Amino acid sequence: MAFPAVDPCVSCAQHRAQSLVRLGLSPDRWDYLVALAGNPNTGKSTVFNQLTGLRQHTGNWPGKTVVRAEGVFGHEGQRVKVVDLPGTYSLQAGSTDEEVARDFVLFGRPDVTVVVVDATRLERNLNLTLQILEITDRVVVFLNLMDEARRHGIAVDPAKLERELGVPVVPGVARDGTGVEELVDVIHAVATGERTTTPYRPAQHAPAVEEAIGELVPVVDEVFPGIPNARWVALRLLNADEAVQEAVRSGELGQLTRDDSEVIIEPPPVPDRDRLLDAATRLRWELPTDFHDLLTEHAYGAAEVVAQQVQLEGVRKARFAFDRKLDRILTSRVFGFPLMLAILAVVFWLTIEGANVPSSMLATLLIDNGHTWLKGLSAAMGVPFWIDGLLLDGIYLATAWVISVMLPPMAIFFPLFTLLEDFGYLPRVAFNLDSMFQAAGAHGKQALTMCMGFGCNAAGVVSTRVIDSPRERLIAIITNNFSLCNGRWPTQILIASIFIGALAPAHLGGILSAAAVVSIALLGIALMFFSSWLLSRTILRGESTSFSLELPPYRPPRVLQTLYTSIIDRTLIVLWRAVIFAVPAGAAIWLVSNVSIGGASIAQHVVDGLEPFGLLLGLNGVILLAYIVAIPANEIVIPTILMLTVLTAGLSGGAGAGVMFELDSLGATETVLRAGGWTLLTAVNLMLFSLLHNPCSTTIYTIYKETRSAKWTTIATLMPLVMGFVVCFLVAQVWRLIAG
Amino acid sequence: MTVRALPPGTRADGPVTTLLDLGAGEIGRVTGISPACQGSQRRRLLDLGVVRGTEIEAELHSALGDPVAYLIRGALIALRREQAEWIRIERVRRPTSIGSPS
Repeated sequence: MAFPAVDPCVSCAQHRAQSLVRLGLSPDRWDYLVALAGNPNTGKSTVFNQLTGLRQHTGNWPGKTVVRAEGVFGHEGQRVKVVDLPGTYSLQAGSTDEEVARDFVLFGRPDVTVVVVDATRLERNLNLTLQILEITDRVVVFLNLMDEARRHGIAVDPAKLERELGVPVVPGVARDGTGVEELVDVIHAVATGERTTTPYRPAQHAPAVEEAIGELVPVVDEVFPGIPNARWVALRLLNADEAVQEAVRSGELGQLTRDDSEVIIEPPPVPDRDRLLDAATRLRWELPTDFHDLLTEHAYGAAEVVAQQVQLEGVRKARFAFDRKLDRILTSRVFGFPLMLAILAVVFWLTIEGANVPSSMLATLLIDNGHTWLKGLSAAMGVPFWIDGLLLDGIYLATAWVISVMLPPMAIFFPLFTLLEDFGYLPRVAFNLDSMFQAAGAHGKQALTMCMGFGCNAAGVVSTRVIDSPRERLIAIITNNFSLCNGRWPTQILIASIFIGALAPAHLGGILSAAAVVSIALLGIALMFFSSWLLSRTILRGESTSFSLELPPYRPPRVLQTLYTSIIDRTLIVLWRAVIFAVPAGAAIWLVSNVSIGGASIAQHVVDGLEPFGLLLGLNGVILLAYIVAIPANEIVIPTILMLTVLTAGLSGGAGAGVMFELDSLGATETVLRAGGWTLLTAVNLMLFSLLHNPCSTTIYTIYKETRSAKWTTIATLMPLVMGFVVCFLVAQVWRLIAG
Repeated sequence: MTVRALPPGTRADGPVTTLLDLGAGEIGRVTGISPACQGSQRRRLLDLGVVRGTEIEAELHSALGDPVAYLIRGALIALRREQAEWIRIERVRRPTSIGSPS
């Protein structure tokens, strides 16, 4: 019953103008439009999944749906489009989320707005519900988490709530689908007008406010005749709400006067619109200074009254006893950090140990057997060498390499991480670490996006969506690359084992090389803090900030669903992007090695050209070229280095020009690298450069998609690269001074 | 954006009781948010339910002591020191747990 929606962000604030037209121009695509609104962490996304069958990632984490999700479902032969709005506490448009949600309820013109309400936290949830009722009449309340409420002795009377609010109320449990059928029926009834609503109207404001409203409402009605929510518009204008002021200025507000969004309304003349804005500004001066505070107080006061009337018993003031006890332990001064480190260590250990076997199986299947088999097949068919080389040695091999190295660890790491998220532990980690991040000008939740980056930086960048203040989110995006990702660990381990482990006696070699790799990862964390601090005090200085972190109730993780969604949402999406970028990289690697100019391959020319610069940095030309062509994925850096070393140093062995390979033994790898002129300095600097260089192209693309800014994408790309050059250069100079 | 002078007598930081003064398990009733807290910071606090009359319990200190998680209208919300300092309260004396059904 799920039809995938193909309609991207029709009603973000920026696309509002087009969205009105676009919604109107394709009325055949759905019969009515439903918006899902609600507080963070009330199970909105779960309701969405139940309705549409789409598996949107849901987590026990406030602020999951930062970008709207859309889906369609069929009901009695009608197609219903559902838009899942970001979870917000209010519609005052204080944050981007609130603006997106508010703009959609107002300008997206949904036929029905479903408000998902958490029955265990009625009062807080009703505050938002009442605000929505001020904007639109066509509202259905889904009273979610009825089971959790019962378990904790909270009884809410849905029938009474329905009478109080004047709109249909459907009780249910979104997790197991209870009440969803009924919800669909009620949505249908309200959308078709079978059921009419008489929404709750909050009591009068203070006399001064009512007076100002009374003066402004006639002006609103005059300028925009027939507008359905003139009182609300007047209040927002008095409150200097920028989005509503803008809608008046542009005349777009006039669209609200018609139920039918297909007809474009001629906006009222400019002097009229100005007159309205001027009147609002004049009246605002008469209002008390804390007008905004009064409004919010008023709204919460109204919510409190309604909540008290419908909540029969167990008016909840304290939290659940279990949550309290667990929180005391998980955030304790004594156990908080040791427990956190132990849990993270287990996650990493399971990832690294668990990925070994499937990784080598995939490598055998795709690289050893698959590649050989395909080569045999193409030889039998007589495919020309250059097609065979470009497709099989270049493109196929690069893709196979990326898949076999990347897939298994991600398929283990992400579900484990998601389970911790689903349970509610991750917000506690952010809570415990916040003061360290605050000192660096960042948000505690950056601890989690950083951990996610150890799995994959692209996924880490996407995960910054949970950070709701713009400045802190940018810092988290730009510095995510300092988390040594899964594609770079194998490089670190290989080089450390060969060059650094060899410095110690045989039985201590393993420990020394492991210590070297961990030091690199810790250096990454230190530089992440340092650059966060630097960014927040330099280029990001003026950006706006506001902190809040909700610690949601613990909920039992749903293991199977988590496995499914984290593999679909995180693992496969990231893998797919990586594969798309691996294809041109494979082609480039093969081409530079096989196309000759003046008797030498392009690779040879470039390596020769880069060699002096490489040596200055304590690296070499081969390494720099490998990092240029292997920009899509760190996974293929080592195979590319080996291939290029054999090619340019004229060694025997290897798999042929442009054919990446790895060697089974460390000794054989060492022989190739030493023949390529590698020293201990080269190894140390390669490890440093592997930490400090531009993000892979998948991550760069993801940064661009998340920030929508070429400027921040460029900074995020170049900052670590420049740091890498500087660090490697300094290390090389000092090293050469000391080593003489 | 509207700018106007603060009424005489209002001070950004006076000798007032704030959320910061609450020990674990203690409850305070909000009397106002400091005028020093403005813009998106103020809106955020208001949206979270920090309005005059709201009762707030200091519930949980993080491992490093800052931030502190407060129980605000049914949700557990972590606020940093600088935010807690803006929120003016009067102390409420009563037993902390009224969680179970009466």
